[in-house]
Amino acid sequence: MADKKIELTRQDRLAVAWRHQFLQGSWNYERMQNGGWCYAMIPAIKRLYATKDDQAAALKRHMEFYNTQPYVSAPVLGVTLALEEERANGIPIDDVAIQGVKVGMMGPLAGVGDPVFWFTIRPILGALGATLALSGNIVGPLLFFVAWNVIRLAFLWYTQEFGYRMGTEITKDLSGGLLGKITSGASILGMFIIGALVNRWVSISFTPVVSTVTQQKGAYIDWSALPSGVEGIKAALEQFAELGPTGLNMDKVTTLQSNLDQLIPGLAALLLTLLCCRLLKNNVSPIVIILALFAVGVVARVIGLM
Amino acid sequence: MNPITIALIVLVAFFAGMEGILDEWQFHQPLVACTLIGLVSGHLAEGIMLGGSLQLIALGWANIGAAVAPDAALASVASAIILMLALSDSGVDVSNAINTSIALAVPLSVAGLFLTMIVRTLAIPVVHAMDAAAERSDFAAIERWQVAAIAMQGVRIAIPAAALCFIPAEAVTAALSRMPEWLSGGMAVGGGMVAAVGYAMVINMMATPEVWPFFVLGFVLAALSELTLIALGAIGVCLALIYLGLKEAAASGGGGGGSGDPLGDILDTY
Repeated sequence: MADKKIELTRQDRLAVAWRHQFLQGSWNYERMQNGGWCYAMIPAIKRLYATKDDQAAALKRHMEFYNTQPYVSAPVLGVTLALEEERANGIPIDDVAIQGVKVGMMGPLAGVGDPVFWFTIRPILGALGATLALSGNIVGPLLFFVAWNVIRLAFLWYTQEFGYRMGTEITKDLSGGLLGKITSGASILGMFIIGALVNRWVSISFTPVVSTVTQQKGAYIDWSALPSGVEGIKAALEQFAELGPTGLNMDKVTTLQSNLDQLIPGLAALLLTLLCCRLLKNNVSPIVIILALFAVGVVARVIGLM
Repeated sequence: MNPITIALIVLVAFFAGMEGILDEWQFHQPLVACTLIGLVSGHLAEGIMLGGSLQLIALGWANIGAAVAPDAALASVASAIILMLALSDSGVDVSNAINTSIALAVPLSVAGLFLTMIVRTLAIPVVHAMDAAAERSDFAAIERWQVAAIAMQGVRIAIPAAALCFIPAEAVTAALSRMPEWLSGGMAVGGGMVAAVGYAMVINMMATPEVWPFFVLGFVLAALSELTLIALGAIGVCLALIYLGLKEAAASGGGGGGSGDPLGDILDTY
């Protein structure tokens, strides 16, 4: 492969890593971390693209939707830096490939980052610091602050560098249409992950009760007929194991949501997303849709629909 | 409270507000925020103790995806200020004061959640301004808007903090708790739905007829809650590899192969 004419220096990558700490600064309901991502990419874009047009194109493609745990975003950033560097040196990597890689990585990595950082490391350090702090000992807060930030800064820098090197490895083999395959693969993975995210992270649940049916005797636990004390608990549990959750009450309550879930779980979320796709294609402004959704949420809560 | 203390408290509150969204240095966590407020108010030990107690309550407060957790920033800052106000009355029992402040922290975290949802909505016009700046390749404008958005989040906590320093604490907590349930509940319902807009934008950008089946697969498989996002990612990667592999085999093998009817080919050869 020919020597690169344009390369990101360590200084550039350090500047990007520093700015990456402000990733969530403009977190918004429309495209989430997109503003912070673009802000972080600026030193790289300045280095890689000289003409106003190229710069504007780069800035625009880095204002696309992006959301993941802010620390595991670092390897994604590293890979993106590598892809952009290759593109600036003339290798044809299109916008769909770059966005596909970002979207494809952001979901699964968030699945790692959220449990590891928010639900393991921070609670452990927090509990450790808190127990020291309960007696007024300043070592508690200091320990929490220092340990957390050392781990975080090391992680942010080293995984970004790792992603950067891995990214350049991927793009080294240009022949055999590897990049074309990565583009297709990235859109496949991206759409797959978005399908999963629509199901899991768009939450709509309807509260109305469709029917309340009194069950036949024997289909529910007759609480008044149970023996008292521990024997009663045992009998109740045995009956529960047999009858299932519907056996707990005399009346079987069927909600709208449970009916929908029997068709396809997440159906409402899917329909809403497809509706938004249609509205956006018809040039309805995203901010109008978002405000409308909040209004719908409030109204639905008031009338008891959601 | 003297003006310097108030100014420093507002500064700490501003940092806590910024960190409430950035989630990097953790200035919004009770251990840090309450300690700092205790430090600038001259009651460091009590601040540390309050921070420790609140931290244990807030251990699980984390923003996942688009869902917003109870707000540690407002809870830490506001309850610390209330504690400092209580302690300035020298006859008060310290552990009593700390317990009251802790009790106020949870409703305050809900109020803080509401405030951050507002700011996250206000960030949308900011991002549109960044879009316009990107069109002109105006780097400085993008940077200014990013700073403005971060400052907005800082102000989200700084203003209530400043208010608390001047207004009697009971009035502030009464106002915050007077927010009707239908409004905060409704905002939460709306907040659960808005992620659909962002996803719709990505779909519009990436979707071709060829890749829609994979969207459906991802959607359907996600209903199996035992499949973690990593598992789904692995499945997605494998699907992509298999599909691309098959496409390649069909493109290279089909041209040199037989009539396309394998059984017919075998019978013919035989």
